[in-house]
Amino acid sequence: TAGAPSSAWACLPDLLPLYYRRLFPFSQYYRWLSYGGVSKNYFQNREFSFTLKDDIYVRYQSFTTQNELEKEMQKMVPYKIDIGAVYSHRPSQHNAVKSGTFQALEKELVFDIDMTDYDDVRRCCSAADICSKCWTLMTIAIRILDRALREDFGFHHLLWVYSGRRGVHCWVCDDAARKLSVAARSAVAEYLSLIKGGEETVRKVVLSDPIHPFINHSLSVVERYFCQYAIVEQDILGSKESVDKVLALLPEDILSFPVVLSQYQYFTSRYQYQSNFTILSEIMLQYCYPRLDVNVSKGVNHLLKSPFSIHPKTGRISVPIDLKELNTFDPFEVPTISLICEELERPRADEAEDDDVKDKENEQEAGERRRIRDYKRTSLAKYVKVFDRFLEAMARSRKGEMLQKSDLQKDF
Amino acid sequence: MQFPGRRKKVIGSSQNDLYDHCLQFYGQPPLENISLTEFETFAVERLKLLKSVENIGVSYVKNSEQYVKKLDAEFSSLNFPLRTELGDRRVQGGTSEYEKRRKDHISHFILRLAYCQTEDLRRWFIQQEMDLFRYRFGELTSKHKTDFLHKNNLKYETVSAEEKKSLKDKLITSSYGLSGITVEEYDFYKVPFQDALDLVRTRKVYLLAGNAYIPHHEIVTIVLNDFRTRLSKALAMTARSLPAVQSDERLQPLLSHLSHAYVGQDYSIQKNMGKISLEQIDALSGKSFPLCMRHLHKALRENHHLRHGGRMQYGLFLKGIGLTLDQALQFWRSEFVKGKVDADKFDKAYAYSVRHMFGKEGKRTDYTPYSCMKVILSNPPSQGDYHGCPFRHSDPELLKQKLQNYKVSPSGINQILELVKGMHYQLACQKYFELTHNVEDAGFSLNHPNQYFTESQKLLGGGLEIKKEVDMSQRSQENPANMTRPSQANSKQAHEEMGDLDSFFQDE
Repeated sequence: TAGAPSSAWACLPDLLPLYYRRLFPFSQYYRWLSYGGVSKNYFQNREFSFTLKDDIYVRYQSFTTQNELEKEMQKMVPYKIDIGAVYSHRPSQHNAVKSGTFQALEKELVFDIDMTDYDDVRRCCSAADICSKCWTLMTIAIRILDRALREDFGFHHLLWVYSGRRGVHCWVCDDAARKLSVAARSAVAEYLSLIKGGEETVRKVVLSDPIHPFINHSLSVVERYFCQYAIVEQDILGSKESVDKVLALLPEDILSFPVVLSQYQYFTSRYQYQSNFTILSEIMLQYCYPRLDVNVSKGVNHLLKSPFSIHPKTGRISVPIDLKELNTFDPFEVPTISLICEELERPRADEAEDDDVKDKENEQEAGERRRIRDYKRTSLAKYVKVFDRFLEAMARSRKGEMLQKSDLQKDF
Repeated sequence: MQFPGRRKKVIGSSQNDLYDHCLQFYGQPPLENISLTEFETFAVERLKLLKSVENIGVSYVKNSEQYVKKLDAEFSSLNFPLRTELGDRRVQGGTSEYEKRRKDHISHFILRLAYCQTEDLRRWFIQQEMDLFRYRFGELTSKHKTDFLHKNNLKYETVSAEEKKSLKDKLITSSYGLSGITVEEYDFYKVPFQDALDLVRTRKVYLLAGNAYIPHHEIVTIVLNDFRTRLSKALAMTARSLPAVQSDERLQPLLSHLSHAYVGQDYSIQKNMGKISLEQIDALSGKSFPLCMRHLHKALRENHHLRHGGRMQYGLFLKGIGLTLDQALQFWRSEFVKGKVDADKFDKAYAYSVRHMFGKEGKRTDYTPYSCMKVILSNPPSQGDYHGCPFRHSDPELLKQKLQNYKVSPSGINQILELVKGMHYQLACQKYFELTHNVEDAGFSLNHPNQYFTESQKLLGGGLEIKKEVDMSQRSQENPANMTRPSQANSKQAHEEMGDLDSFFQDE
């Protein structure tokens, strides 16, 4: 289970101020949300929402500079931070704006995959719990969605983030993605959705001939993981109850087939029963295909948990996920706030000298530098590196675009 | 934007260039002078067309055979352009293709003025214009479709033969009804996915690097999105320039009425006056009255009284089916006297209002019976009232009970309740007509209670001679050689209709 020191919650009032003062990567964060300063006031018009101690929720927070962001966060010490849209005016002044003219203009295209949405098909855990066996579902989801967003939709700048407890988020940050309308976001989300139906629906995946290339791609990902995940780890053929659940997905006439129920053979036997391939595909998809909440992706003004915020229930940090290391990503290895605060306190011999030198420099710079050194001393470092690479890629991309534009302008 | 009738501008190009395609995006407003008569006529006719598009769209599956047939018929009867070449010979006695296209162009822009004002109106207008456009585009030949795209700068790239070959399998499995051969033969267009959302949402298209690969015949969906975006923007802009238009006294009343217009017969001219006897009314209320009037009649019989709203709605209806003033007075007095009102009081208080309805008092305006639109939209009933539209104003449970009492079948009741849920009140009443008259198709589009009565009597072979007023559009076809006279008659009728609309907004 997603264990975290149960003292995490109790310690938050002490740890959070430390986190925001010395560990939160403000300069990268600001760099991200400014998007190269191409659009005027992009950062200033961005909405943030904070959940403070005692569950006090405040919306329409906005900041004019990185410095102001830092000061406010250090002052308010939010337990949760959400990022909203870029509005037409500064969100903190939305009441002063003529009614009807304050509008959400742009926001990243986002996806939220939550493990509880898979409760009907995982046997190891339920509700807020996760374990290494069901985490595979997140791996599958990331692989399928990442490929589709890049190859089918042509997006390049995707940030995958661990939510801190039981799921993952995807932030699609391309310029084109941020400008998408509600209708477009909803269309993308529906294109990516294959699981239809709630509690009353038994058979949630229905495929029809011909099978769309997107589904074929997704199936090949699922197939790679299915045997290990479903048959072995989830053991879906291991008890009468769970076998019945699988059989419930089959059309009635199939049951008269001499179905071999021994675990492995049943599913490899699909090669003999080609005509059943669609049905078997549907079963595999129902057990493994990503389940996303369309409503999260649809709204331009929807607020989503911020990367590098803390999950108050587990103490874990919402860290970026390095897709190159996806197969070895372990949510239980993700640092908690108590861990990194602890790591911060560990003395390091070589640092004492540096401090003396730096004391002579400008205080803010020194503070900044110290902060940069600070997170580097903790387990947070490698995740900030992932974020850095992501930001680099976007910066390169913007540069490329500007060169293209100026080239065009130079030509008559 | 320039408004018709304001400025004179010479049209340099020949007739052929101006309307060289039977379909258009309505990008450019018309730049000629037109008379007020044409202004009204064109507007009303397009409104009729759009309302038909709406009704037919609810009654039949869009683009099914029946849908096409019904809509075709509307196009012919209302003289709007559909498929023909410009050079086609003028149909004997009919409007030329050029004239149809001109009307299409001008009428669209006039209705923009009327329908840009609120979010609801804009939404309705855009929806009907889109359905109309989809239908017309679908009826074009392949060549005409391509012509249209090119003329309107929809420069969607075609996919090269090599690329098609390399993607052949993917294209076949992603678009409906394609084979290897058709992929080779058909043109495919590469369209940014944001322009093809309907196809993306339902996964009916191949996507690569942000582009949707659309086969030629699917291009209509794309074009529609483009149409909707353009129209939406245009309406927003029109709304901003509206104050200038509304200051024109000639146009203001027309425009403000158009968005609520009832565009059918007004039943004010009673061709069947005196043909109904009072004794027949009870029987007629069960057989040929729409539900609202049946309800009012029953309430009157039971309570021997009706409040003002009910008296107006029912009283004018009775006038419309042919009651004379004397009959009406007798009818109301005999009923009220059975209640708490004695004959003297009736003569003093209520008789006046009956005479008023017949135009014999006060302003002496001959009030017209209420259309369905008016009954549904204005003056909702409160406690103790029996007027209004039962499909709109009754609680669905009570409506169900009432229909059960009137022996409507359970499946029929369900159909009616479904329509009510979808807010299609007139269609629900039409369904009631079909169920109580035992016919599959009412054969008419209901928008007036007196129409219900007339059609019912027709169907039942009633002893009343019902003379229908000649439709405006039929009239315009009667005398092509002498266009001025019919158009004068048209204008008179149009004026009458517009004038009667004034009463719509006057509370008695």
